[in-house]
Amino acid sequence: MKQYLRNTWDGIFTVLVGMKITFKHLFTPAVTIQYPDVKVTLPERVRNRLYVNMDDCIGCDQCSRACPVSCIEIETVKSVPGEDLGTTSNGKKKALWVTKFNIDIAKCCYCQLCVFPCPTECIYMTDVYEFAEFERSNLLYKFATLTDEEAAEKKVNFEKMQAEKEALKAAAAAKAKPEAPAAPQPENKTE
Amino acid sequence: MYQFLYNLIGNEIVAGLIVAVVPLTIILLFALFGIWLERKVSAHMQDRLGPMRTGWHGWLQTVADLMKMLQKEDIIANDADKTLYNIAPILVFTGSFAVYAVIPFSSKLLGSEVEIGLFYVLAISSLVVAGILMAGWSANNKYSLLGAMRAAAQIVSYEIPTALIVLSMIMLTGTLSLDKISQMQTSSFWNWNIFGGAVFGLSKFLLIPFMFVGALILFISTLAEVNRVPFDIPEAESELVAGYFTEYCGMKWGMFMLAEYGNMFAVSAIISILFFGGYQSPLGYFGNTIGAEWLVPFEQGFWFIVKGLFFVFVQMWLRWTLPRLRVDQLMTVCWKYLIPYAFINLIIIGIISIL
Amino acid sequence: MANKMALKTETMVLNMGPQHPSTHGVLRLELEIEGELILSVKPHIGYLHRCFEKHAEAMTYPQVVPYTDRLDYLAAMGNNFGYAVAVERLLGIQVPERVEYIRVIMAELQRIASHLVAIATNGADIGALTPFLYLFRDREYILSLFEMTCGARMLYNYMWIGGLSHDIHPDFVRKTKEFLKHFRPTVVELNNLLTFNKIFIERTANVGILPIDTAINFGASGPVLRGSGLAFDVRKEDPYSIYDRFDYEIPTGKGLVGTVGDCWDRYYVRVLEMEQSVRIIEQAIDNIPEGDVQSAIPKRIKPPKGTVYTRVENPRGELGYFIISDGNLNPFRVKVRAPSFVNLELMGELCKGHLVADVIAILGSLDIVLGEIDR
Repeated sequence: MKQYLRNTWDGIFTVLVGMKITFKHLFTPAVTIQYPDVKVTLPERVRNRLYVNMDDCIGCDQCSRACPVSCIEIETVKSVPGEDLGTTSNGKKKALWVTKFNIDIAKCCYCQLCVFPCPTECIYMTDVYEFAEFERSNLLYKFATLTDEEAAEKKVNFEKMQAEKEALKAAAAAKAKPEAPAAPQPENKTE
Repeated sequence: MYQFLYNLIGNEIVAGLIVAVVPLTIILLFALFGIWLERKVSAHMQDRLGPMRTGWHGWLQTVADLMKMLQKEDIIANDADKTLYNIAPILVFTGSFAVYAVIPFSSKLLGSEVEIGLFYVLAISSLVVAGILMAGWSANNKYSLLGAMRAAAQIVSYEIPTALIVLSMIMLTGTLSLDKISQMQTSSFWNWNIFGGAVFGLSKFLLIPFMFVGALILFISTLAEVNRVPFDIPEAESELVAGYFTEYCGMKWGMFMLAEYGNMFAVSAIISILFFGGYQSPLGYFGNTIGAEWLVPFEQGFWFIVKGLFFVFVQMWLRWTLPRLRVDQLMTVCWKYLIPYAFINLIIIGIISIL
Repeated sequence: MANKMALKTETMVLNMGPQHPSTHGVLRLELEIEGELILSVKPHIGYLHRCFEKHAEAMTYPQVVPYTDRLDYLAAMGNNFGYAVAVERLLGIQVPERVEYIRVIMAELQRIASHLVAIATNGADIGALTPFLYLFRDREYILSLFEMTCGARMLYNYMWIGGLSHDIHPDFVRKTKEFLKHFRPTVVELNNLLTFNKIFIERTANVGILPIDTAINFGASGPVLRGSGLAFDVRKEDPYSIYDRFDYEIPTGKGLVGTVGDCWDRYYVRVLEMEQSVRIIEQAIDNIPEGDVQSAIPKRIKPPKGTVYTRVENPRGELGYFIISDGNLNPFRVKVRAPSFVNLELMGELCKGHLVADVIAILGSLDIVLGEIDR
């Protein structure tokens, strides 16, 4: 009997205590912000969309190797000696043409592992988070600044230089061994 | 009001139609307002804002939802029992709408002046059970069936404390008509039934604690009748997805929602009539003091709606504070706690009213 | 004679399918019920399998860290912690003191955040929708602390092997102290609103009673085990990092309302653990020594051949990492012992003889995350 009355009293009392709390909250100001009109200020270290400053990129491939989901694709072409590619902002001389630098931002997991190995700090995370697209192919970001023709031209230059080097080496080797047949060796080397 | 219109127009049918349409518009307008109010009240209790973009502070949100619902395709499962499936929402809505015929909104605005108002109310609200069972069974879905079984058990059991408290009020006031009960609680809030009614003497003061207990029991059991938290196990969102109306889409689901909000206002109205003075103002009428007699029914309508909305607000407040009861605990509360207390209340009020 | 005409009854199989508003993730529960009474519960898992352990064999050791975040995504710092401690034991390196202190603070903040989610979803399943919103508002403070430090709100990649990815922000200590001051009244409000509410007690007390020997036999850990009365915590039994320097208690279930080992006890253990985490943070926040958080990070992580098993106390239980290294840059095998996977087995045992509505309450009190069950 005592338990019965105790239950009734508990039921009513705890309900009233709860009601008092929610009533008090009716008058506290709301914590919602109205998103498209008002936006939250993001802290400085926030990790959102990646950006690559191609002027500083030396094509070292460190970020691509550090990425756990393989979303960065880099292709480089060695430059011909004598060409001036410029220097990065901390004084290093660039030696590689970066013909392809694609980041598939749909695959990126925003882990920031690519930012730390970069020697020139050219890849970093910005605070842009509103970059939704309607087509998935638009999420493949291409950062390389060389156009296709320029890239092809650099490659051709490199291969020409490579071929010349091979020819020189073959000629030097041929001169060193005059009794060996000269014809098969260059073919071997260029292969 | 029917008499008034009949005298005005002269045609029975038109007068009858107008009398029927007025509560319908009241329910529709109230549902519109009630859903918005619920969303805003729940939002502010939870420290957030609720709908803000459709209209000023989102008051057009319900209209937007209604338009969306009207355009939906009516999908009926192949194995569903089509006749019962289509009739069920109509039955549930009718059961809750028919109650409005006897609720007096003011001394002049009353749907139909029958003498057996309260008895009619209790009878019609049992019609809803049949509708719910039809809805749960015909959808051919195990979740719906479970929800419908629970809802039927719940509504039928909680009719009993409701009837007992209503019976004790009938004993006290001596009439079944809601209009007469409202008229008996005139002139100031001290005459309201919750404070003992419009009688003089010792019995009035003796009655006050039992009136409070009775009002509390009536509030709890009508909360169960309309399936609101803590008794909303039939539509428990996180357990049964949506209970007995899981399989309904579009306007049929809209009918269930309308019925629920209509029911909420109807039971708030009944509590306020039985215990809190109905359409009587707590302090006297402004129209009477300045001599404009025609103003009085409007004031009464205003007070009635205020009281009804207050109880609706309390129902919403409870919804967002309390967890849900389990089915067997629901039954325990009804049969082991509410019914004994209601019986004792009935006996004591009976004894006091004889004195 | 009556036998021939006996009523043929069947038990009903109800499927709480992968899509359900309250199974905590994609979990399928097959319930065999008779009316409202449950005869058996079979969980079906695997809907979130993402081949973590196979991926780890193709990554280098530092690249596995973002993947460990995604195991138990509600307690990501704890997962990082376990992996970092395991590989550091394999390499045999010692991290600086500053790193240890910051790791402990982060792990305890993460424990508070994870328990807030567990309590909030437990209440929301039972029907109390308001505490859910209040507790998530408090969790926002913790998430903004994390965002200030490492830039992300949920999947941090913060505790690297041998150190941390960033040093703490200059404002971190001040903001943490503000949060701690704000947090204690919230717990009082939660207790008034939910913990001692009669209806909540009715729903969770004496439901899903787990006797202590059953818990030990099944291998339960974390608040599930401590709710049954056994004070077993990996931070005290097998101390890792600098947990042996702090003064804190292990709350256990005592059957305050109902019996020892019911759902209410497991819930209350979580509430008390949040207070103990606040205690640890208060002891650590003022004493962080100076130093460089990245000084001990090796250039190339190539552990010698060997195996290691490390266990840490995640908010959900005992998280274990078993790593086999064969001397290469990639691990040979990484196996994770997920606490929720082991705790989920208890469902079949705990639900016998209860009603359908209790299944939800019991599942909420076990606090599982499908990310680490399926990996």
